[in-house]
Amino acid sequence: MSFELDAVEVRHGEARRALRAVSLSGRAGEQIAIIGPSGAGKTTLLRVLATSLRPTAGRVSVLGTDPWQVPASRLRRLRSAIGMVHQTPPLPPRQRVIDAIIAGRLGQWPAWKSLLSLLYPMDIAGPRDALARLDVAERLFDRCDRLSGGQLQRVAVARVLYQRPDLLLADEPVSALDPTLADRVARELQSESARRGISLVASLHAVDVALRWFPRVVGLRDGIILFDGPPAAVSDRMLHNLYAAESAGAERPASEPEAEVLTFRPSVRASRTV
Amino acid sequence: MPPAPSEATAEVLRDPAALRRVLWALAVMAALWPLLRLAEFRPASLFSRENLRVSMNFMASFLPPRVDADFLGLAGRATVETLAMASAGIALAIMVAAPLAFMITQSLSVSRIGPSRSRARAQGVRHGIRVLVVSLRGIPELVWALVLVRVFGLGPASAVVALGLTYGGMLAKVYAEILESSDTRPARALQEAGSGRVTALVYGLLPGAAQELVSYTMYRWECAVRASVVMGFVGAGGLGQLMDQSMKMLNGGEVSTVLVVFLALVLASEAISGGLRRMLA
Amino acid sequence: MDPRRFCVKCVLTLAALLVLVWASFSYLAIDLSPLLTVASVREMADYVLRFFPPDFTPVFLRKTVVATAETVAISAIGTLLAVAFGLLLALPAAGRFGGPARTGSRMLLNFLRSVPELVWAALMVIFAGLGPFAGTLALALHTTGVLGRLFGEALENAPPQPTLSLVESGAGAGMAFLYGTLPSTVPQLIAYSLYRWEMNVRMAAILGFVGAGGLGQLLYYEFSLLHERQACTVILAMLIVVIMIDAFSARARRTLAVAAA
Repeated sequence: MSFELDAVEVRHGEARRALRAVSLSGRAGEQIAIIGPSGAGKTTLLRVLATSLRPTAGRVSVLGTDPWQVPASRLRRLRSAIGMVHQTPPLPPRQRVIDAIIAGRLGQWPAWKSLLSLLYPMDIAGPRDALARLDVAERLFDRCDRLSGGQLQRVAVARVLYQRPDLLLADEPVSALDPTLADRVARELQSESARRGISLVASLHAVDVALRWFPRVVGLRDGIILFDGPPAAVSDRMLHNLYAAESAGAERPASEPEAEVLTFRPSVRASRTV
Repeated sequence: MPPAPSEATAEVLRDPAALRRVLWALAVMAALWPLLRLAEFRPASLFSRENLRVSMNFMASFLPPRVDADFLGLAGRATVETLAMASAGIALAIMVAAPLAFMITQSLSVSRIGPSRSRARAQGVRHGIRVLVVSLRGIPELVWALVLVRVFGLGPASAVVALGLTYGGMLAKVYAEILESSDTRPARALQEAGSGRVTALVYGLLPGAAQELVSYTMYRWECAVRASVVMGFVGAGGLGQLMDQSMKMLNGGEVSTVLVVFLALVLASEAISGGLRRMLA
Repeated sequence: MDPRRFCVKCVLTLAALLVLVWASFSYLAIDLSPLLTVASVREMADYVLRFFPPDFTPVFLRKTVVATAETVAISAIGTLLAVAFGLLLALPAAGRFGGPARTGSRMLLNFLRSVPELVWAALMVIFAGLGPFAGTLALALHTTGVLGRLFGEALENAPPQPTLSLVESGAGAGMAFLYGTLPSTVPQLIAYSLYRWEMNVRMAAILGFVGAGGLGQLLYYEFSLLHERQACTVILAMLIVVIMIDAFSARARRTLAVAAA
């Protein structure tokens, strides 16, 4: 099993439950698309998989490990095998592309190598190749703030590819890209998953992209999984139920809060409530 | 695990920024050596037997601080003197700055409203005043204090005049900036209706800018309190002179008392100034 | 706000301040009226004339140039030390090591800031002896307080996403800081440091009054010997240094701004 979520619940504050009794599992090499309206809990689900958010109830197992029962060093090693593509590229504007890409392997490199890379990049060919897969190789030594939005997002994806994770997660990776670019990036993520036999879990805005390219589609709404199966099994009625506006009186999902639960000292995560 | 080098290309990839970084590093190191020599940077000398003996004795004398009634009375009087120096100095500075700022403020220039023969002359005068203001600001108040102690003798007078001159320059520049950046329409309206510059200033410009002017002046008063203590070291009285005397006698107990009083004074003046500024906002 | 309505609070505050000023002048018993007699004006004019012409002999010019170089060196090394220690203290001050460390380091930084540079210099002369080393230490101590607080605030306000995404991919806290937080804040840190260096040059010039080297020490020395012409030269040197530093740093800030664009 690449990952296993068992009756996972994530609660924000007193009443808000971003995820309710979610059970989901994936095998190595599976490609899963998560769809649903905004506020459904897609980002929360991905963050639980990325081990940056600890659920308030239920069990989590990622790449065969329960991230919340292991010591800090083990958790770091687990995280270095998980790659997450965010909706907006988390890259410091004044950093150069090469340094931003190298940062993807900080979890795998020894300290001396990471420190030396601040002065002179210890690996140039690797980042260059990762960028080449997304057609931005020529920007290798440019500063991030000189890139367009589309180029920046491709650099962020290249960083995750350079990381060579065993589990690939993507939170709305192509929402901000134009259709040609979106297709390119989505295909690159899928080919990475297919080539290396690793799982890919992507939340997507565009339902048609999900249904067209992904062999397994999960529908999430109000923190509950409504359906989970191949695109052929997803009927129009199911989609309608997923995206229908709430009737009067039903619970309105608030936009997902920016709860920064990730700490620098995983040893205190045990006392952290979500 | 680092990947094997790409075999698809034989070109050697190098970071173009590397050369620049190396050159900068060399330049910094080349400049650092003479600077360290000039600054006589010898951390080891702090621990030489001679220095260590003096330092240890001095630090040992810090506790207990001297809190007998005589000395506390002395410190109290010095504090009042410092506050008085700062306040009188700022008052003098305002008296110096107000006319200067007024002359500098372009927004009240009659010649601005329309072309005028005396425009060049007015510009010249304004430029001259600006130079005066810059030189007032450029000489540190401590230097003024040192010179004025020769003129007025030891005591707070030199600090008050020194503050008046330097802070007068600073206030003049900032007052002019505040006045120039505030809403000039009421003043212009008055001038176009024929009123003189002074009337236009008082009734047109001042009310709108008053809050900012007072706020900056309060901030400068706070700085003046600290500056008054510093000027005490060249004989201008107040807490600074007291601390200087205590340090020259290596009396750590007195120094620690005066330091604590000084820190309390700084906190109090920050609180007063901040409170007043908030009240006016 | 209607610009023509006088704020009553301002008027009241003004009245209270006027009372305070009158009280201050009378407490200090400063009687400036003797200054206004013809005799004393002439005396003061004579005194001012003693400063001119300034001493431009090669021997003294050389002394002045050395003192100027010393002043610049004091400010440069002092500021450099402050950048290093300020950054070190900024980490706990930004909360990286928990609540108590944050409070403690902030208190220390506040203390370092509150004591004026001259007082530090007088103290350092006791510990390090007369000369520019005391001045360097004094500037380093005071500026560490200033920069440490500014750096700490910059670090606290740095956008968290880059660092968090690095931790997410397995980086340790230290590496995430170096590759995530620092690149976002370095331009600000440099700007603060350069600004502080500019102010420190002015400061370094006068720290010598308590024996901490540089132009200040030379001025104090010549003045106490009643060598007014030499003192004038030194004051001119101080003015020139300040003007040059202003121009240099204005240009440096413009080039940095261009490079950042």
